[in-house]
Amino acid sequence: SNIPLAKYGGRHTVTMLPGDGIGPEMMGYVKEVFRYAGAPVDFETVQLDPTTDDYHDLVNAISSVKRNGCAIKGNIETKLNRPDIKSRNVEMRNELDLFVNRVHCKSHPGVKTRHEDIDIVLMRQNTEGEYAMLEHENVPGVVESLKIVTEPHCERLCRYAFDWARENGRKKVTLIHKANIMKVTDGLFLEVSKRVAKDYPDIEHQQMIIDNCCMQLVSNPWQFDVMVLTNLYGTIVSNLVCGLIGGPGVISGSNIGPRYAIFEPATRNTGSKLIGKNRANPCAMLNAGADLLNHLGLKYHSDIIKSAVDNTVNVDKIHTDDLGGSATSMDVVQNVINHVKMAAK
Amino acid sequence: MLKRISPALRLASRNISSEVRTVTLIPGDGIGPEIAASVQKIFAAVEAPIAWDPVDVSPVKNPDGTMGIPQAAIDSVNRHKIGLKSPLMTPVGKGFRSLNLALRKEFNLYANVRPCKSIEGFKTLYDDVDVVTIRENTEGEYSGIEHEIVDGVVQSIKLITEKASRRVADYAFKYAKENGRQKVTAVHKANIMRMSDGLFLKCCRDAAEQHPEVKFEERYLDTVCLNMVQDPGQYDVLVMPNLYGDILSDLCAGLIGGLGLTPSGNIGLGGAIFEAVHGTAPDIAGKDLANPTALLLSSVMMLRYMDLYDHAAKIETACFEVIKEGKSITGDLGGSAKCSEFTNEIIKKIEAM
Ligand SMILES: Nc1ncnc2c1ncn2[C@@H]1O[C@H](COP(=O)(O)OP(=O)(O)OP(=O)(O)O)[C@@H](O)[C@H]1O
Ligand SMILES: Nc1ncnc2c1ncn2[C@@H]1O[C@H](COP(=O)(O)OP(=O)(O)OP(=O)(O)O)[C@@H](O)[C@H]1O
Ligand SMILES: [Mg+2]
Ligand SMILES: [Mg+2]
Repeated sequence: SNIPLAKYGGRHTVTMLPGDGIGPEMMGYVKEVFRYAGAPVDFETVQLDPTTDDYHDLVNAISSVKRNGCAIKGNIETKLNRPDIKSRNVEMRNELDLFVNRVHCKSHPGVKTRHEDIDIVLMRQNTEGEYAMLEHENVPGVVESLKIVTEPHCERLCRYAFDWARENGRKKVTLIHKANIMKVTDGLFLEVSKRVAKDYPDIEHQQMIIDNCCMQLVSNPWQFDVMVLTNLYGTIVSNLVCGLIGGPGVISGSNIGPRYAIFEPATRNTGSKLIGKNRANPCAMLNAGADLLNHLGLKYHSDIIKSAVDNTVNVDKIHTDDLGGSATSMDVVQNVINHVKMAAK
Repeated sequence: MLKRISPALRLASRNISSEVRTVTLIPGDGIGPEIAASVQKIFAAVEAPIAWDPVDVSPVKNPDGTMGIPQAAIDSVNRHKIGLKSPLMTPVGKGFRSLNLALRKEFNLYANVRPCKSIEGFKTLYDDVDVVTIRENTEGEYSGIEHEIVDGVVQSIKLITEKASRRVADYAFKYAKENGRQKVTAVHKANIMRMSDGLFLKCCRDAAEQHPEVKFEERYLDTVCLNMVQDPGQYDVLVMPNLYGDILSDLCAGLIGGLGLTPSGNIGLGGAIFEAVHGTAPDIAGKDLANPTALLLSSVMMLRYMDLYDHAAKIETACFEVIKEGKSITGDLGGSAKCSEFTNEIIKKIEAM
């Protein structure tokens, strides 16, 4: 987009939303690595408190992102014992109109997994569908939850996916749905995608039902190229595919809208069991940081960090235990910094 | 819970195993009749005290003009309370309710149970899968309530009730106990679907309290997908709302090599129907090429449901042995045996026991 981003004296100000669980630790590493890379970025840190139904913190966070244009984010925990409190993750995506969650799932040659050479790009509907959060209890013991699908949102997502596929030399876009059961909602999604596909005759268009899709993904993931998914199917498939290529610790995801963007780890885990253990894999958040720099137009700094992480995972094979290694988070970060230092000289 | 729901059924099934019980058999379409015949032959070899009542469920016109299952078939299941079903062709075109859906409604089949266990001798990328998915089968995203609010804005309603959630949660714990399972995992998305999945989760927690001897844990649906493809060994019995169950059961089937090997059972208030979930395979129908394993393992589930554990174990052991040896397996498993040859091999094993 051509909207100017906050930049003073040659430096960008970016919102940092550390979130819960391992988020704050990961943000510490991001700052450290950015410093060594000499990235001209200052962070404005905003804490969110998911335990209260007073949404001041959320309003602050949203206005900070609106001011700065983009953010890096850890996952915010949603308390299950208070259904009246809204998910701050969802509220933020809706409020900022971040209509697509884009995740590039590519196998890492240095990570041992059952399936090799996977290269799938997921385009997930990020602001409506099953995450409409409109629910009510009609009579005690009977709850209705609404799934909302709108034509303009479907169209925007499909166009984004096809445009991206074309610009990035991708050959096929597969739409994932359950229109045999949800004939009206998923049916609309399916219909719009078929219509949009007509404007992209150079790109193959396929459709697949979500349950079959999951079966196919574990047996023959190589058949997929770009996938377009509703919100819920998106979270299912992104976690599944990240699982296939090594877990939640490496891949980053981008939440993109017409004005703003938020960068975070792809599987959006909180990792509460890993807090303070120096065992969480920092690569996903570091990659999110690199995505952020790229978005700011700081390609040089972005590439330095991306390739430092890549070298650490695939060449030096400094792996935390989620990747079958025994390195600590700090070991990984230190190795990344070593590469960054060499490159930034 | 189940005891209270269908005392007649449980009483009957606890009868001494020598008493012959009748089971409704739906031979189905395509390869259905062939694989059903295979199961019948194997049941005869193992001398299972079962008599078959084959019924045709091809849709007929009801007095009100709609198409539906013939009354005779409904009566048969109502009488025997237990059915074994081969794949059915879903008629294309308007006005047909899917027969599967019709059966589900007719007999109140509230829980769909699908065990997925790695089969020795049939190599996949995963060799340590042994999970059972239990899916709520009557409501949720399949409520069928959908409409257009204004032009270009549509909504569908996911309906979760306490009654249906409780009964499937209870069944999951009962199943775990009866089948020597250690743990039940409730799969949900209550961080987003706060009230609906929240209600489902609450019912699972309540059921867990009533069955303290079974371990209980709760996990987000997406986290389960993440873990399942990395380390399926950490899960045992999983219980979840309708759509999640649909998706996760197919994912798990994919881990062990597809629908050709996975049995399933539909547990209801008015009876239980066990079925192969694969399609009718019209391309190989009538050629004696089909693999009957999914239906056979479904019938093994059925025998266990009827407390006929010895017969179940014999058939299961013989079937797994034949697949493991790999000499007489069907084309879909990479062999070249006919359906009848595979069947005879299993019978030989049973006779040698
Ligand atoms: N950065 C990471 N490095 C290594 N492991 C991770 C990382 N993030 C998540 N995990 C692991 O992935 C799994 C799922 O993550 P997590 O527990 O956060 O899921 P969750 O469902 O969001 O749970 P919760 O909200 O309770 O934290 C866990 O086993 C966690 O330890
Ligand atoms: N039991 C079986 N044994 C061997 N092959 C099978 C079996 N079930 C399915 N297949 C194979 O798997 C493929 C897909 O089968 P499936 O029955 O789902 O086809 P289908 O055309 O979708 O049928 P339906 O319309 O009834 O769902 C077919 O090529 C078929 O040969
Ligand atoms: Mg299915
Ligand atoms: Mg089929």
